[in-house]
Amino acid sequence: EVDLEERLGELDLRSDSDIPDVPPPTDSTPEILKRALSGLSARWKNWWIRGILTLAMISVFFLIIYLGSFMLMLLVLSIQVKCYHEIITIGYRVYHSYDLPWFRSLSWYFLLCVNYFFYGETVADYFATFVQRREQLQFLIRYHRFISFALYLTGFCMFVLSLVKKHYRLQFYMFAWTHVTLLITVTQSHLVIQNLFEGMIWFLVPISSVICNDITAYIFGFFFGRTPLIKLSPKKTWEGFIGGFFSTVVFGFIFSYFLAQHQYFVCPVEYNSETNRFVTECEPSELFQMKKYSLPPLLQAMLGWETVNMYPFQMHSIALSTFASLIGPFGGFFASGFKRAFKIKDFADTIPGHGGIMDRFDCQYLMATFVHVYITSFIRGPNPSKLLKQLLILQPEQQLSVYKTLKSHLVEKGILQPSLRG
Amino acid sequence: NLQESESENKLDGETASDSESKSEFGGSPPVPTSDDTPEVLNRALSNLSSRWKNWWVRGILTLAMITFFFIIIYLGPMVLMTIVMCVQIKCFHEIITIGYNVYHSYDLPWFRTLSWYFLLCANYFFYGETVTDYFFTLVQREEPLRILSKYHRFISFALYLTGFCMFVLSLVKKHYRLQFYMFGWTHVTLLIVVTQSHLIIHNLFEGMIWFIVPISCVICNDIMAYMFGFFFGRTPLIKLSPKKTWEGFIGGFFATVLFGLLLSYVMSGYRCFTCPVEFNNDTNSFTVDCEPSELFQLQEYNIPSVLQSVVGWKTVRMYPFQIHSIALSTFASLIGPFGGFFASGFKRAFKIKDFANTIPGHGGIMDRFDCQYLMATFVNVYIASFIRGPNPSKLIQQFLTLRPDQQLHIFNTLKAHLVDKGLLGRLEDA
Repeated sequence: EVDLEERLGELDLRSDSDIPDVPPPTDSTPEILKRALSGLSARWKNWWIRGILTLAMISVFFLIIYLGSFMLMLLVLSIQVKCYHEIITIGYRVYHSYDLPWFRSLSWYFLLCVNYFFYGETVADYFATFVQRREQLQFLIRYHRFISFALYLTGFCMFVLSLVKKHYRLQFYMFAWTHVTLLITVTQSHLVIQNLFEGMIWFLVPISSVICNDITAYIFGFFFGRTPLIKLSPKKTWEGFIGGFFSTVVFGFIFSYFLAQHQYFVCPVEYNSETNRFVTECEPSELFQMKKYSLPPLLQAMLGWETVNMYPFQMHSIALSTFASLIGPFGGFFASGFKRAFKIKDFADTIPGHGGIMDRFDCQYLMATFVHVYITSFIRGPNPSKLLKQLLILQPEQQLSVYKTLKSHLVEKGILQPSLRG
Repeated sequence: NLQESESENKLDGETASDSESKSEFGGSPPVPTSDDTPEVLNRALSNLSSRWKNWWVRGILTLAMITFFFIIIYLGPMVLMTIVMCVQIKCFHEIITIGYNVYHSYDLPWFRTLSWYFLLCANYFFYGETVTDYFFTLVQREEPLRILSKYHRFISFALYLTGFCMFVLSLVKKHYRLQFYMFGWTHVTLLIVVTQSHLIIHNLFEGMIWFIVPISCVICNDIMAYMFGFFFGRTPLIKLSPKKTWEGFIGGFFATVLFGLLLSYVMSGYRCFTCPVEFNNDTNSFTVDCEPSELFQLQEYNIPSVLQSVVGWKTVRMYPFQIHSIALSTFASLIGPFGGFFASGFKRAFKIKDFANTIPGHGGIMDRFDCQYLMATFVNVYIASFIRGPNPSKLIQQFLTLRPDQQLHIFNTLKAHLVDKGLLGRLEDA
């Protein structure tokens, strides 16, 4: 009987070059495309496939935006599940751990637990009115953390009980692999959804900036590329990087200008309990109201204008695009390094010509966290409905003292007239 | 290097840890850890046989650790926080060192720096979040602190990103897999070690009793389960730890619940244990002074009729906290050991006997704290779900950052709620 432990020990210690390559994934290009492009040479054929699929993905994206926030949430959730599945499958292949049936169930169980925890935290905040009406949901919300923790603990104890002699190391590896994957995919997808609730524009502009940077860096590299950027990805060049940066900033600037005009994109997503739907209707905040900015004298001389009408949001879009172009690619390099480390060409072969879902989203991950941190630090304050919910949970004496403090503050600021009663 | 890996492979997975069964008298194969026992102890115990010597060493060190624990409690919250921080750093160091040993990755100098850097980032993030809550007034006074706390998440994220980019730039051909393993190892370790230590500090701020009772219950369960197993142990509990027995498990459970009840009874009488820790701006120190909450006021409970005939009393005076202590002790006895099994499995998986050999007779710091980790999270979740609500001063602080129309809306809703509950009469006192 082959000692799995020893084989695994050897696997860890061999240098990367000793490890045999994983056989290239099967070609999943649909038959119809193959016939249409059968006349072209292999290079152009590949280019056309990638191009067509890119257009297809962008169209799907627009379609879902049109369909609304709820569909977007579902899309984000499906992508998260698929990415998780792809990474876990790679783990199975690397460790040859198909014969640990417990572990596949446990991985999916942990995914469920973590999603339950995160969705519970967000849903409770945004669906406050919906939740107030239903008794069972109230109970679930009030003890949410406890329930989530109990669910996680069950999984943890199942893992401990499932430890099998001679497979300990494998099982611990898969356990750690699962947790790191959860950390990456689930937290990011929830940050994406929180950004979405802030306003669709906070979802669209970052994602488009990353996609734009991808495409323009590729195009600039294709035409002007000469100096290699990083050993990890030999196809990337400095020309592509810098060209992509400038084009993405310009793109972000122009794109935000168009989006900022529509309430549909700019307003926070709210759940209307009467109509049982999501609504995006509001008074646009200051960020989305045109302002006059005086140009610095340098630009004045260049452009010939003295002032310009802009949305304040466009300034923020510059920050977002800059991050997408300068730091976003590091997410891509990380994924490239990961693929080289584990000798795989693509995460999966879901999308013909592009690889797996994870291949498309590797740069997006850092972006989602950045946008979320950016919003919480510079844009919005705390969520009012969440604050209210917490106020209502306090002990009565605490509520009274808070009420008095708030009242004195409001009177001081002149927001509340002291003579008003009732 | 080759010799090291050979000797590691020689240790059978079965007997790598928990190797001494009850009937053996130190006949296990020699363990490659150095003997750390101080010279003075060695000489004092030189006459005894090796089994009793081991027992004495463990016993003396246990007493030393418990005494140390009491001293720190006496010294106050600030010292406790520092100790928790040191324990956290040592545990992190132990686990990372194991990773280096497993992967023979000493020759990746970048990576050691990066691991410590990530530890620093994670700690900065967590401490920043707690400090802002509890030291609110202090922070508002000092200008640099105020800016740091306002943009805290952004700064922490920027720091983390720097580490992330350094990692990507440090990837070296032919070592990718090793580097990714160490990256993953570091992150999982951070997740376990740093989050837990911060939850412990949160519990501590709730009141020292929420720190002392859980930790003591875990220690008590450890000791009681060992003793019951020593005297009555027969049926093995789990293949992972052959030394554990069902008798020890169940005996330890009942003993711990009883211990928890008694300890909480004693502690609930003292304000220094039951009051939340607060930072006093005027004296610039921590104070534990308050009106004890309902949990810590004696109440009469009716004993159910079953127990009445057994005990002979009709009612009993107890602190409500003692009921909670039953929940805490139950968790410590039933689920806490799973943390220990997890650590045993980990040690067997990586063929190590102990995490380190910091404490003679006991192993590393991590060996002592493996059961504590689940406990800290449980206590924190328990407090958040069943005991305290949100922190009022934090809520006020958040309120003040809202827009005026939002503030008015919340104020009016709160007012309506209070009037509804009858807490606020028509006549409002300003």
